[in-house]
Amino acid sequence: MTAAPAPAPEIGADAEHAPVTGASRLRRIAGHPWSRFALRRAGRLLVSLWVLVTASFLMIHLVPGDPVRAALGPTAPAALVAERRAALGLDDPLLTQYLTYVKGLFGGDLGTSILTRLPVSDVVGQRLPATLALAALAFLAAVVIAVPVGVVIGVLTRRGHGRRTEAAFTSGTIVLGTIPDFLLGVGLVYLLGVTLQWLPVAGNATPAGYVLPVLSLAVGPAAILARILRVEMVAVLDADYLRTARAKRLPARSLYLGHALPNAATASLTLSGLILGAMVAGTVLVENVFAWPGLGTTIVRSILSKDYPLVQAIVLVYGLGVLLINTAVDVALALLDPRSTIRED
Amino acid sequence: MNRRTAHRWLRVLRTPMGRAAAALVFVVLVLAVIGPAPWNARADAVDTANILAGPSGRHWAGTDNLGRDIAFRVLEATRLSVGLALAATAIGVLVGLLLGTAPWLLGRRLGRLVTGAVQIAIAFPGLLLALFFAVVFGVGATGAVLAIGLAGAPTFARLVQTLLAGVAARDFVAAARIAGVGRFRILIRHLLPNIAEPLVVNATMGAGGALLAFAGLSFLGLGVQAPAYDWGRLLYDGIGVLYLNPAAAIAPALAVLVAGLALNLLGESVAKGFGMDALVGLPASAHPSPAAPMGTAPPAPESTDDSPASDVVLDVRDLTVSFPAAGGPIRPVRGVTFSIRRGEAVAVVGESGSGKSLTALAVSRLIDAAGRVEADRLHLLGADLREPDSAGQRRLLGSSLAMVFQDPASSFNPTQRIGRQLAETSRHHHGLGRRAAFSRAVDRLRAVRITDPARRARQYPHEFSGGMRQRAMIGMGLMGSPALIVADEPTTALDVTVQRQVLDLLTAIRRSDDVALLLISHDVAVVSEVCDRVLVMYAGRIVEDLPTDRLTTGALHPYTRALTAAVPRMDSPLDRPLPVIPGRPVDPADVPPGCAYAARCPLASQRCRDEDPPLAQHPSGHRVACWHARPEPVHAETVRPASVVETS
Repeated sequence: MTAAPAPAPEIGADAEHAPVTGASRLRRIAGHPWSRFALRRAGRLLVSLWVLVTASFLMIHLVPGDPVRAALGPTAPAALVAERRAALGLDDPLLTQYLTYVKGLFGGDLGTSILTRLPVSDVVGQRLPATLALAALAFLAAVVIAVPVGVVIGVLTRRGHGRRTEAAFTSGTIVLGTIPDFLLGVGLVYLLGVTLQWLPVAGNATPAGYVLPVLSLAVGPAAILARILRVEMVAVLDADYLRTARAKRLPARSLYLGHALPNAATASLTLSGLILGAMVAGTVLVENVFAWPGLGTTIVRSILSKDYPLVQAIVLVYGLGVLLINTAVDVALALLDPRSTIRED
Repeated sequence: MNRRTAHRWLRVLRTPMGRAAAALVFVVLVLAVIGPAPWNARADAVDTANILAGPSGRHWAGTDNLGRDIAFRVLEATRLSVGLALAATAIGVLVGLLLGTAPWLLGRRLGRLVTGAVQIAIAFPGLLLALFFAVVFGVGATGAVLAIGLAGAPTFARLVQTLLAGVAARDFVAAARIAGVGRFRILIRHLLPNIAEPLVVNATMGAGGALLAFAGLSFLGLGVQAPAYDWGRLLYDGIGVLYLNPAAAIAPALAVLVAGLALNLLGESVAKGFGMDALVGLPASAHPSPAAPMGTAPPAPESTDDSPASDVVLDVRDLTVSFPAAGGPIRPVRGVTFSIRRGEAVAVVGESGSGKSLTALAVSRLIDAAGRVEADRLHLLGADLREPDSAGQRRLLGSSLAMVFQDPASSFNPTQRIGRQLAETSRHHHGLGRRAAFSRAVDRLRAVRITDPARRARQYPHEFSGGMRQRAMIGMGLMGSPALIVADEPTTALDVTVQRQVLDLLTAIRRSDDVALLLISHDVAVVSEVCDRVLVMYAGRIVEDLPTDRLTTGALHPYTRALTAAVPRMDSPLDRPLPVIPGRPVDPADVPPGCAYAARCPLASQRCRDEDPPLAQHPSGHRVACWHARPEPVHAETVRPASVVETS
């Protein structure tokens, strides 16, 4: 049975084969679920962006009292405060300030620090790479840990198998998933940094410095992701289409990775979007545990010193990151499970 | 709380995780309420002689930079930490309720605005929102409570919206609205009481989250400010002196962890106990323990007459399928023997539970690993299928055996294009490249009469109609050069006109390619149109094996006759109810010693109840398993309950 199949005879014939004209093709593209999906998704992204920009703009105006006075302290001379207020444009009408702010954003101008008078974009540009590296590595680590573990445990605990494995795995991942990243960070610093002195506990000067912060961020999300992936795998392995795939006598690799994983991954992917978003925020805490030279340490310092333009800009950057992640997840989800493009309202 | 709810709470407490979590939460709450009094003074007692000391008998967790006892300070901080977390949770729930019920109260247009706002807010992680609000409300405990509360509000708002939407669609709400009850009154009287339970569960988990978030903000220096202190603040102080007294950081960290974990786990256990969470585990399955996979069956003794005719495609002898169960293995298939020749169409009919589908899965080697398949002989095209899984065997099965399943809607992988799913077979078993395999898939789709196959091959299963999917499934089987198509109820899930197309297609393929067909069906009418031969199964055995043309007039087994009589015909009298087979199918876990059909059979004798009749050649020309096999047809109206008949 190794020979390629013989050409099979034509059993039926095409009954209705209509020629495709230019106009109907255009209509097909416009009405295509993909175009509708892209439009809807782009619309939501724009609205969210607008809300984000407006919220970050309003931030400085919602602060009780005079933000400049608060930043410079009660002893600062009135003339200096007035001068800084004017420099920041805080005396202009609100609408003018808003338009200036938005226009500035388009030109890459994030404002000026009240305290150092440095352009905020310079500070962000300096600190962002460290944060990005941390978040990206942590996410990568979480996925690299969670996917094989979830898939393997899923296969081992598919229906009727490995009850004990399942119980141990489930309770273990629940506990690991509940430990907050910064507490894990403190624990790791104590255990591997202070007691055993295996790894550096502050800064990113050496590659070894990445280990503990990345682990602190990755372990919890990895546990949650692996748990969800296992549940999904078990459900998918029991599905009719997996039986079909088995009937095709595919090797285990393509059965589990080709057929089961993409179906199990849809729920996990939505979740990993949330996880990645939460990780972006999680870097704030973990950076402060490990004195990481990123945005997280900067924003906390700026909040405490009331350097609002800097806080505004960093909130904007974090928010933008989260929005981009969410959009990317939606697109990936649509590619992976085409039904999701249609399922939405 | 009504009795049912109380019962469910009790059930939560009976799980080990629920009990542990509830006990921990109780301890934390007690500490928070009555706690501070006994050690209030000791927590703030300054001991300058003992600054930053390590753990000792006097100071369990050492002292801080003023010589104050860390252990007592951690205990003391319980009240503030828990209190602030609860306050933040209360704000979150309250604002969430306001936002969540707003769409119901404000009407469609304004409501949509609120929903949209919540949806945007929820896309941002809670910590980011908390930071934003912490800036707006100012650094400090009050600001942090407001910040964490508001940051949690969108999640609650969304939950309330979702729950409300579910309840609002129910009849009693519609009735109240028709009766002229105001929206606000309906909300208070009818809607909120119905969503209270899941809200409480989520608030519990929310409190755990708030506790952790508060510790986070205080740890960053944005929450509680000195001289007040909560766990997060103690951690903030402790991390600075980590090298001098690690316990100063570890003790508050453990306190946060235990309290946060306890609240989260309690929420999780409650959710699980109330059946709200799908993540914790799956319902118990029917087959609790794994069994040896197929192929471990002992080699069967060679029977005297086992040289199969050369045109036999499938040769099955004494096939049994068993599953492990609590009271010993159950055997839904109990010794089935048959063979199928090239181009022959054989049907297996029987009631549900007769073992017909399991027989089909067993000969295709698709029984779940928990099931155990044994046979004296199980040959496909001369190859022994009892041998362990090998690449050669997979190739043989993959290209010579085609499967068609009952429900085409769920039998295709929803995430892959149809063409790719078809092409896969050729890529794996025939070494075809991506393009060659795809064009073969298009060709096969054309062969199963799918219009515009090149376009269709690029579509996903959900873009196909039910009948098209089933034809594509048949096309998938034709990717190889099948000698046998096993079709398990291929038309049951389809409507009548589409059934016809699929059956015609199967017949056409069989004729043109000389492919054998094993059709599993409970529909005698379908079977008699398509097949040459019928295997009638009852309680895991073949009771009769007869040519289709004898089905209505030449059946020898009383069960076969009862089955055919139960099929309505054009000349069935309309004024009488359709005959049914009295009694109930046999439970595979409890098969009687004699003929399994005896309890329902009008002809049953004592011998039938004692001795199981073998499937043997009858003088009239086909195999039957009955002590009273008789050629004359018995009309259905004469089929009487067994209790009435007592012959011999």
